[in-house]
Amino acid sequence: MADLTTDFVGIKSPNPFWLASAPPTDKEYNVRRAFEAGWGGVVWKTLGEEGPPVVNVSGPRYGAIWGADRRLLGLNNIELITDRPLQTNLDEIKRVKADYPDRAVVVSLMVPLDEDAWRKILDRVGETGADGVELNFGCPHGMAERGMGSAVGQVPEYVGQITQWVKKHSDLPCIVKLTPNITDIRQPALAAKQGGADAVSMINTINSITSVNLDAMCPEPMIDGLGTHGGYCGPAVKPIAMNMVAEVARWEKTAGIPISAIGGISTWRDAAEFMALGAGNAQVCTAAMTYGFRIVKEMCSGMSQWMDEKGYTKTSDFIGMATPRVTDWQHLNLDYVTKAEIDQDLCISCGRCFAACEDTSHQAIAMSEDRTFTVKDDECVACNLCVNVCPVEGCITMRRLEPGETDLRTGMTIPAEDDKRTWLEHPNNPMGDPLTCISRGQ
Amino acid sequence: MTHSPQTPGVVAERLQAPALADNFSDLHPPLDAHEAHVAADRCYFCHDAPCMEACPTDIDIPLFIRQIMTGTPEAAAKTILEQNILGGMCARVCPTETLCEEVCVREVAEGEPVQIGRLQRYATDTLMRANVHPFKRAEPTGKRVAVVGAGPAGLSAAHRLAMHGHDVVIYEAKPKPGGLNEYGIATYKTVDDFAAREVDWLMQIGGITMELGKALGSDITLDGLAADFDAVFLGIGLGNTNALGIEGEELGGVVDAVKFIADLRQTDDLTKLPVGRNVVVIGGGMTAIDAAVQSKLLGAENVTLVYRRSQDKMPASEYEQHLAQSKGVHIMSGVAPVSLIGEGHVAAIELAYTDENAKPTGETFTLPADQVFKAIGQVFDEVAGLDTDGRKIKVTGAGRTSRAGVWAGGDCTAGEDLTVVAVSEGRDAAEDIHASLMG
Ligand SMILES: Cc1cc2nc3c(=O)[nH]c(=O)nc-3n(C[C@H](O)[C@H](O)[C@H](O)COP(=O)(O)OP(=O)(O)OC[C@H]3O[C@@H](n4cnc5c(N)ncnc54)[C@H](O)[C@@H]3O)c2cc1C
Ligand SMILES: Cc1cc2nc3c(=O)[nH]c(=O)nc-3n(C[C@H](O)[C@H](O)[C@H](O)COP(=O)(O)O)c2cc1C
Ligand code: SF4
Ligand code: SF4
Ligand code: SF4
Repeated sequence: MADLTTDFVGIKSPNPFWLASAPPTDKEYNVRRAFEAGWGGVVWKTLGEEGPPVVNVSGPRYGAIWGADRRLLGLNNIELITDRPLQTNLDEIKRVKADYPDRAVVVSLMVPLDEDAWRKILDRVGETGADGVELNFGCPHGMAERGMGSAVGQVPEYVGQITQWVKKHSDLPCIVKLTPNITDIRQPALAAKQGGADAVSMINTINSITSVNLDAMCPEPMIDGLGTHGGYCGPAVKPIAMNMVAEVARWEKTAGIPISAIGGISTWRDAAEFMALGAGNAQVCTAAMTYGFRIVKEMCSGMSQWMDEKGYTKTSDFIGMATPRVTDWQHLNLDYVTKAEIDQDLCISCGRCFAACEDTSHQAIAMSEDRTFTVKDDECVACNLCVNVCPVEGCITMRRLEPGETDLRTGMTIPAEDDKRTWLEHPNNPMGDPLTCISRGQ
Repeated sequence: MTHSPQTPGVVAERLQAPALADNFSDLHPPLDAHEAHVAADRCYFCHDAPCMEACPTDIDIPLFIRQIMTGTPEAAAKTILEQNILGGMCARVCPTETLCEEVCVREVAEGEPVQIGRLQRYATDTLMRANVHPFKRAEPTGKRVAVVGAGPAGLSAAHRLAMHGHDVVIYEAKPKPGGLNEYGIATYKTVDDFAAREVDWLMQIGGITMELGKALGSDITLDGLAADFDAVFLGIGLGNTNALGIEGEELGGVVDAVKFIADLRQTDDLTKLPVGRNVVVIGGGMTAIDAAVQSKLLGAENVTLVYRRSQDKMPASEYEQHLAQSKGVHIMSGVAPVSLIGEGHVAAIELAYTDENAKPTGETFTLPADQVFKAIGQVFDEVAGLDTDGRKIKVTGAGRTSRAGVWAGGDCTAGEDLTVVAVSEGRDAAEDIHASLMG
């Protein structure tokens, strides 16, 4: 059986599934239940400065997007950091860690941009026996208005500065949690790295308005007739988060920094995908909030089954395996030609492929009197749209043209496998080097 | 010589082979991968799920459905089989409409449950198709346990005991293992010799010796087993059937439904199996339904199921009743048999209408009948030296009988007579045996 144990910046956990800093990790009661259910670790709900805790709204704090059968696809929230006293949290962290020495307990922190404030809270956290700290530079609402959270995460200099302070005042592994509400995620990641961070985690929530109440003419969730943007999370944000993980994992200046993946992870497969892109472990919030802690059983059984099937014995065997295959557009092979093919035995003649291709793509699907749908190879640009709109899985597939075959659309003869032409070698590239440009005579 | 449904008497080949093959094919064809996904997607992953509560073997239903949904039916199968080693058979034969699916929150709310049984089959079929046995034996304990009866109860107990490292010998009176899985369950619920294949798969755990054709009471004795083994588990089911106690019961053509079904299950050629033109089945349980439906599927022209109380009191579920009716079985409730009429062979049955207490009202009528199946309940063969509770072997706790070192479970003890109940009792007794042997 595959070994799911993971070592993330020296923090060991029996599996790579941690609960992200959020309501699931808000207090001792939850965290004990989570550990009993089998979670490998938690990042405790973000702690703030000593003093009167922040105050949350007492009206609805979530908005949501659902599928037709009310499967929750995206969640948005306007919750702040912990609204319980610092000492209460610290006492609980200490007790839980003592009782679960084999699980990861990382403490999320957010205090003002002031070295002394960070030093003070780090001293307190150091006494709990926690395994590490995560710096919350991501919360996009409320706290950002007070100059913390994403207001810090959006300024790489601040990120670097605070990370330095944290490394100066604490020996604990330091994970910097990044906000996705930024143009280039690599910049704060680099700043964190230069500041001495042991790892980065991403993503925190995305600025969003999930819906507008058209009767009240107000965004949801409504607090007494007003709404505000919230932070978006859940399955819907996974593609955005995966790109950000990949960007940091593959950029030469940030490559190698350990990454804890967060954002829409709901199943073992989501986690495996993030880890293949370079993440060392996976944090989960919305999926646990939707289905409860028990989903970790499926995550563990699914990942270990998949690892067994693939012959991976430990998580480090596959972490980062897909990273080298993420590249820039300009390096893609423009002589790689495929054509859509419809399996007539599977086709149920709905005509969705036809509508999509005829109305919005390349008019490459023919429809006969008796509703037989076929691909016109001389028109098909291989865009894959029909594959994605067809309701029958596996009904439309892409066939790669073999070397020597002619692409009926362009008239080009497919070159040998090793004879590739990317945009850099393409004659149409005005910036291309004429000496290396290869013409195929279409 | 071919016949038709209208041929008088009890004859074979009323239908041709292709029609018979079609009639006895899978009642619920397996879900394909896409269908399974769509079905799994309907599950809400309920907290403290009612479906799980309703399953006699406590399978973690939301978890296994989620495992199907996330593309790991093999892991789902393991979740099922950890609790119920005959999860494959149970997926086919459980009356889910009165168990898990009855209480599924989507049944309660929408009248359309998550298809738990079919999803369970999808998962277990996937694993068994790959011929994977996901369990390993613990280190040998050196303890030996005898299991009598290779039905669901005995097999379940044997597997769990073997898994804990004990050496198990199963003594089974019949030439084949499986109990009623092999000899009783309706053909269309367990096609393609599934019962036998499941036993072979189960035996892969190792440490189980199967002694077929060995009956307790004749070939072996309880004293002998108690002397030779560290513990004994009895899963001997119900060996006898109730008699009608009416005139004409000895006539030809008056048959135990269980016997008819066993012949049906064991034949390798359905065209050779004789069935009457006018069949009457007496009883209102699963056996009665199965005998009636299968007579009809064999080509009987008229099949009447007679039950002495009102239809809503029938032990067979509403779903089973509808199934029978959809196959063309005529269900008559509120009538009781008075006598069987015929010269050497039954020709008709005299029936009386009954009142709400199932007592004859005095008004009678007759139906033509060239075959009458008795399905008014099975009874248990006493085992010397064990207390009974009047009807069955008396047990306390997890199947402890009145004799120390002897456990029992399944149909031969109190509790609902269902495959899944037998599996659960066998498993729990095995755990209790294990605890007492190692304790
Ligand atoms: C016709 C019919 C249809 C049914 N359909 C369903 C259904 O669709 N769904 C459902 O859940 N349940 C159904 N049941 C009930 C279900 O089959 C039983 O509850 C279940 O098989 C009980 O398991 P068991 O192991 O206790 O007994 P059995 O399955 O009866 O097994 C007992 C075994 O012990 C052996 N044995 C008996 N005496 C001795 C002895 N002295 N020495 C050695 N071996 C002995 C027998 O040969 C047999 O193999 C049906 C029952 C019948 C009769
Ligand atoms: C209600 C709620 C509160 C959150 N609070 C915090 C927080 O205090 N600190 C933090 O770092 N992230 C917080 N998050 C963000 C999550 O930790 C996580 O980064 C985000 O939800 C994306 O993961 P997901 O798609 O699995 O939910 C919160 C998220 C939600 C939904
Ligand atoms: S989830 Fe619980 S706390 Fe939140 S609104 Fe509903 S009942 Fe109240
Ligand atoms: S979308 Fe798919 S199923 Fe529908 S017509 Fe096209 S190929 Fe056939
Ligand atoms: S009750 Fe129904 S919806 Fe709920 S967990 Fe069980 S199968 Fe799923």
